[in-house]
Amino acid sequence: MKRYVATRLATMFGVLMITLLITIALVGSNMDVILKQGIVFQVRSEITENPTIAESFASVDEFEEFVQNQIEQKNKILGLDEPWYSPQRIGFTMYKILLLDFGHATFLTSDSGSSDVKDIIFEKIPRTVLLFTTATIIISVIGIFLGALSASKVGSIIDRVTSSFAIISSSFPVWWIGMLMIFLFSFTYQIFPARATPDIPSSDPGYIMALLYHMALPLITIVMIGFGSWAYLVRNFMVGIMQEDFIMAKKAIGVNSKKIIYTHALKNAAPPIVTILALSLSGSLGGAIITEAVFDWPGMGRLYFEAITVMDLPVIIGATYILTLFFLVSIFIADLLYGYFDPRVRTGQ
Amino acid sequence: MSSISPQEIKQEFLKSKMGITGISILSILIMTSLIAIVIIPVETFQEWNNPGSWILYPKVAIPIWVNLFMAEKIPEHQILESPNIQTTSNQEIALTSHQFGVNFNYDDFPNDFIYLFSSEYSGSPLLQMSVIRPDGIELELLSTSLPHSISKTTHSEKIFSTDKILKKNILLQSEKFSFSLDKLSAEDIIFSKIQINEPLKGNYIFLINGYSTESELQMHESKLVIGGKAFGIMGTDELRRDLAIGLLWGTPLALFIGLVVSIASVVAGLLYGVYAGFKGKKTDETMMRFNDVIYALPALPFLIILSVTISNSIFVMVGFLMVFGWVGIAKVARSMSLQIKTKGYVEAANMMGQKDSKIVFKHILPQLLPYAFASIAISVPAAITTEAGLSFLGLGDPSFPTWGQILHDANMFGAASRGLWWWIMPPGVMIAITGLAFVFIGNALDAIVNPKLKR
Repeated sequence: MKRYVATRLATMFGVLMITLLITIALVGSNMDVILKQGIVFQVRSEITENPTIAESFASVDEFEEFVQNQIEQKNKILGLDEPWYSPQRIGFTMYKILLLDFGHATFLTSDSGSSDVKDIIFEKIPRTVLLFTTATIIISVIGIFLGALSASKVGSIIDRVTSSFAIISSSFPVWWIGMLMIFLFSFTYQIFPARATPDIPSSDPGYIMALLYHMALPLITIVMIGFGSWAYLVRNFMVGIMQEDFIMAKKAIGVNSKKIIYTHALKNAAPPIVTILALSLSGSLGGAIITEAVFDWPGMGRLYFEAITVMDLPVIIGATYILTLFFLVSIFIADLLYGYFDPRVRTGQ
Repeated sequence: MSSISPQEIKQEFLKSKMGITGISILSILIMTSLIAIVIIPVETFQEWNNPGSWILYPKVAIPIWVNLFMAEKIPEHQILESPNIQTTSNQEIALTSHQFGVNFNYDDFPNDFIYLFSSEYSGSPLLQMSVIRPDGIELELLSTSLPHSISKTTHSEKIFSTDKILKKNILLQSEKFSFSLDKLSAEDIIFSKIQINEPLKGNYIFLINGYSTESELQMHESKLVIGGKAFGIMGTDELRRDLAIGLLWGTPLALFIGLVVSIASVVAGLLYGVYAGFKGKKTDETMMRFNDVIYALPALPFLIILSVTISNSIFVMVGFLMVFGWVGIAKVARSMSLQIKTKGYVEAANMMGQKDSKIVFKHILPQLLPYAFASIAISVPAAITTEAGLSFLGLGDPSFPTWGQILHDANMFGAASRGLWWWIMPPGVMIAITGLAFVFIGNALDAIVNPKLKR
């Protein structure tokens, strides 16, 4: 077991590093250009603020040389004289990111006005948790019960409706349903607001109520599209288990069928279900980029989207790192749970 | 792993209602794509983002079939391109007359009207525009001379209903109407009843007369556009584009993306997994670790970064989607090949000293084919929705009108909160239907390949 955990951990760490490396490789050259432009701008504006510096030079050429020197010096201090792919710089960047030091955002700020990427990200995560984790919990509860119910009556109307609903709902993009929901419930019948961000300040006592009210439409949409496939999954696990010999034996000795389903069968279907639950719970922390963009929900997904539209590279790197971290942790937990429930996995058979 | 012959699969498949439904939807979609490729010239969709080529179309017009269900008919957008042309000349003056018959049977005024022409003349001809209404009243709209030129010249012009001279001319004839015309626009007066300001139904004739003295006035490309609020089968969007064209062209694009991505990733995953499983030991271990790495990369964020930094061309995007597509299949294929590897005939072949490649291709892969087909069908919808999602975020290839691209534009212009349902519904329904077709086919195949699920 220890060896299993250790190899898993090592793989996860390796994957995290590779992800970081790929991200930096993809945005690195752009990042350098932007940083250098920033320095040129900074030096120029410093000089224009102090007219005395410009006056102390005899010719334009000398002045330009001075400016160039200043820029180069600053570049050197920041290590920009070396290309972004030099080992020292990549190593240094990755070390900083590992310690959650993402630097300062170029354009975006948090609601409280901080431009520290860490502040921005930690401000968005609770909101994403509020919406997506709640939705995931509701989805899994509905899904498990509906799945168990249809597995107990294979071929019945409930089973057919659940299965076809699962298949149909899984082929609709959530964000498109989101657009339709906004069209229906904020435009045609004005029940819910179209934008999911409350427009009153967070210090207001009514803020929580306003937030819940604004949250309703996205929550309903996500749950509506999500629970079908959960139910279908649980149903298929359960159908497989219901054919096992020990269930047959229970049936034969006359145990109540409800008891068989909800205690014996569900318990045996638990490993895969718990694994999926762990995966989707931690996956929900990353939010959903497109869904948040549609509902204008101020969480991680929208932050990511905004960062990409304005090419705010520190935020992109920071958010990718955090998202990957969550994803890996969830895979890790899922793996451990699976290993715990199913001993065959641990020994690597 | 039970081995099923292709004939059995075909028979079973034809028995399943789901499979038949899926195949029928798919064939309709393929027909649509063929129609799109044959009927709509490639140039049209390349003009998709060129606002100039859509200028004659109306803005956010509702589909015309909506009128079938409406008590009050919405005015349809009419582009009249073939006028009745008459030319008469008596000694000095030559008259060229273009007549447009407009059948107007709607319960609302048109948005506007535009008359476009290009003419060839010398001297300075006179252009007169008037309209004869169903009640026989003739309204003078415009009387203007074209720019003077001594030699032969060509001149094109657009006359808009918002032209101030037009309104002034109508105001001069205000005694024909029994209500005040001051605040009304030209089209609201021309198409109005004389007692009250309500649309007058019937046949209108727009007359454009060109008088010239020196040489005959030649008018080409004479077009009258009556700006309506309904147009085409699918309506138009904010940028005046005909959504029917976008939706039609979206079909072959979506099928292309979905099929190429899923076939390529299934084939790649299958080969990778089978090879890893067959080789075993160190090779298997390394290959599966690499698989784990790709599996753990967060796909959507990476796709977004890749499309922003490298290229958002549709073909490059297909490649990126493949990179993330093959991983799951490789895992399953590996475990399946581990099982098949232990079968007697594979071991026998191995012992006889057959080449690895021959064993893989002759003995293992054919066994996995039914599974491969099922997974191709099942992974198509994911590829299509992912591409649509990326396009929706504005990261898709802007030169192709994909369904996601149309939805992106709809979201940009706030179609949902403005109630422009014909802009939002059709692309999403098309995405869902295409996805559904493949899910049906995939599930039907899956039920045959994994009989355990059938119960």
